[in-house]
Amino acid sequence: MKHTISVLVENEFGVLSRVVSLFSGRGFNIDSLTVAPTNEEGMSRMTIVTGGDENILEQITKQLNKLIDVIKVIDFTDGSAIDRELALIKVTAEDESRAEVLRIVDIFRAKVIDVTPKSYTIEATGSPLKIDAILELLRPLGLKELVRTGAVAIGRGAKGWKG
Amino acid sequence: MKMNGARILLECLKREGVDTMFGYPGGTVINIYDELFSFREIRHILPRHEQAGVHAADGYARATGKVGVALATSGPGATNTVTGIATAYMDSIPMVIITGQVPTALIGNDAFQEVDIVGITRPCTKHNFLVKNVKDLAPILKKAFYIARTGRPGPVLVDIPKDVQIAQTEFDYPETVEMRSYKPTVEGHPRQVEKAMTMILAARKPVVYVGGGVVLGGASEELTSLARMLSLPVTTTLMGLGAFPESDPLSLGMLGMHGAYCANMAMTESDVIVAVGARFDDRVTGKIATFAPHAKIIHVDVDPTSIRKNVRVDLPIVGDVKDVLGKMIREAEKQTAKGGVERDLSGWLGEIATWKETHPLSYKESKTAIKPQYVIQKLRELSDADAIIATDVGQHQMWTAQFFQFNKPRTLLSSGGLGTMGYGLPAAMGAQAAFPDRQVITVCGDGGVQMNIQEMATLVQNRLPVKIVILNNNFLGMVRQWQELFFDRRYSSTCLELPIDFVKLAEAYGAKGFSTAKPDEVEEIIKQGFAEEGPVIMEFKIAREEKVLPMVPAGASLNEMVLNA
Ligand SMILES: Cc1cc2nc3c(=O)[nH]c(=O)nc-3n(C[C@H](O)[C@H](O)[C@H](O)COP(=O)(O)OP(=O)(O)OC[C@H]3O[C@@H](n4cnc5c(N)ncnc54)[C@H](O)[C@@H]3O)c2cc1C
Ligand SMILES: Cc1ncc(C[n+]2csc(CCOP(=O)(O)OP(=O)(O)O)c2C)c(N)n1
Ligand SMILES: [Mg+2]
Repeated sequence: MKHTISVLVENEFGVLSRVVSLFSGRGFNIDSLTVAPTNEEGMSRMTIVTGGDENILEQITKQLNKLIDVIKVIDFTDGSAIDRELALIKVTAEDESRAEVLRIVDIFRAKVIDVTPKSYTIEATGSPLKIDAILELLRPLGLKELVRTGAVAIGRGAKGWKG
Repeated sequence: MKMNGARILLECLKREGVDTMFGYPGGTVINIYDELFSFREIRHILPRHEQAGVHAADGYARATGKVGVALATSGPGATNTVTGIATAYMDSIPMVIITGQVPTALIGNDAFQEVDIVGITRPCTKHNFLVKNVKDLAPILKKAFYIARTGRPGPVLVDIPKDVQIAQTEFDYPETVEMRSYKPTVEGHPRQVEKAMTMILAARKPVVYVGGGVVLGGASEELTSLARMLSLPVTTTLMGLGAFPESDPLSLGMLGMHGAYCANMAMTESDVIVAVGARFDDRVTGKIATFAPHAKIIHVDVDPTSIRKNVRVDLPIVGDVKDVLGKMIREAEKQTAKGGVERDLSGWLGEIATWKETHPLSYKESKTAIKPQYVIQKLRELSDADAIIATDVGQHQMWTAQFFQFNKPRTLLSSGGLGTMGYGLPAAMGAQAAFPDRQVITVCGDGGVQMNIQEMATLVQNRLPVKIVILNNNFLGMVRQWQELFFDRRYSSTCLELPIDFVKLAEAYGAKGFSTAKPDEVEEIIKQGFAEEGPVIMEFKIAREEKVLPMVPAGASLNEMVLNA
């Protein structure tokens, strides 16, 4: 089962590598990982999407918490968070397929950010599921290149991470 | 006052109460050595290999409970520390390791003697630091000591580039540390303790399974009081030996792969297991699927990751052993005072007594060949009650664990988690440096002792009168035993064909050596060896193919012990 975990960390030298080697050293998989600073001084936030059963997930969260530079670990169980991802997609667009690409872009409220006679580059945002869906439709038209940021997530409701 | 980084380092160590350190010089720590030259408050011991220096700091830490300190230069000096660090990490030993590093401007350039030791040791330290600015040095060292000794202890490495050692800044040692990202839970939850005690008092076949955490947490007294108060049988892991007196009738001795029959049977038959500062290592549980099938498990540990890592747990208590055991004692008093608690453990204790009687730890005595177990028993008999025993790794380690009878915490120093051959001699050296007046003995195999034999020089030079006992079977005995039992006696590369003259070897270093192959000379040699003022090698040529028994074969259930093969 997929889990989205937010890890709040001290923005220290080597912290990313500590988190990543914790996963690799224990044979846990990472599906995606993003990291960037937050509004709080010296603090960064990682969002990690990972898989595994409950026992593995319990070990992952405990092990993350054990890292000295980790301030807080939030495991977003289904529905408790909103997740978003951005994708940049370069798709073949010639003659008859040009209109089709634009139709799909429109339906998904994506944007065309670069145009050539042979291609469109598209920016799409949304839940990872939505990104999967647009890719599904674009793929038959010819995907030349794809970059996804991986998901970021934030808890629903009025409360911040401190509660 | 303004000082350079090298001096700041020493001032910080002094303020952390460091009185002894083990270090080896080189280009990137030469400034630190220059400061040490006139710094009188810290005793610096020069080992003959950085690995041994780290093991010595580890032995010092295990024997005293304080943070051990080792120092090494960059590059090869730093890589030589890795085995020592990993050894300490696996057994949760508090240490601070200082390494020199090439100047910050050269980092990443493949400079002379540059290695990324922070990267290399990331998976085998509790935490590590690269100091990039001399202003950060004192705060980082404060944190390093704090992290090393609190929560689940462990080694912390601090990598200090040469220019940081030279740069000057105002020295100001922080009084306190506050880290928003590191706040170990030490206080056990009272409600959990209450529930645990209700389970313990209702148990008909309780066992307390004690690990290294009780030694590390200094909670032997609490443990002993609780066990005696409620007549709870106690078994310990290798790392827990000494936490509960083995002379006590409630002691079952060590459990696990080479544990006592009664201990493994008691675990298997028990209905409530109270695990205290133990981590359900695979050498202890045997086959997980059949481990303690009837037991509810209470697990007390300061590290949440130890809980439910290998086995199911019915009642977790996260907290420091001393705090939790103290609370358990008060809770037991409260619940028993209320009345209505009916306990009768006589059947269970009787069953245990029968196991002890029918299957005691034993060996076949011999008049012609020295039995290793006999040597260990004689060592117990002839040594002081507070003697410290450091072992190496192999058969002799297990015989020591089985036959020495440990009654006090911090008297057994042994590499359990990593199982590092070469650990015993330098660890004993560290313990002797901490306790010049106590008897410190190391029991080694003929294989492992040669992995750090060069430390004989350090012992002699520093007047550290460690008594080195070598149980010589001319084999890498523990591996040979596996080959005998599971590989059809194909002794591939386990015979140490060249016999070593250990007496001459001792003499070469200016120490005293004794050797014998005769059982009736064992006692006399031990007496003479103990009487010597300086370090001594006592070599006993033992029955070569003696095995460590009982043995739970890898993958078998805990109660499927090979008793004699
Ligand atoms: C050749 C060989 C054979 C071996 N055979 C056996 C054997 O037969 N039996 C055996 O038992 N071992 C054996 N071992 C050792 C084994 O590999 C493990 O090292 C050992 O079992 C682990 O002991 P432990 O569970 O006490 O854990 P430790 O490694 O001592 O861990 C301590 C635990 O306590 C916790 N802790 C630390 N401080 C505190 C505190 N203040 N408060 C609360 N909790 C704390 C830690 O978080 C950790 O979970 C053998 C080793 C070798 C090399
Ligand atoms: C550094 C290291 N290398 C290899 C091993 C594997 N090993 C475990 S016990 C052992 C044999 C030890 O032989 P010896 O020191 O003579 O002790 P004995 O078992 O004979 O008592 C070996 C090779 C180890 N534990 N550590
Ligand atoms: Mg041997």
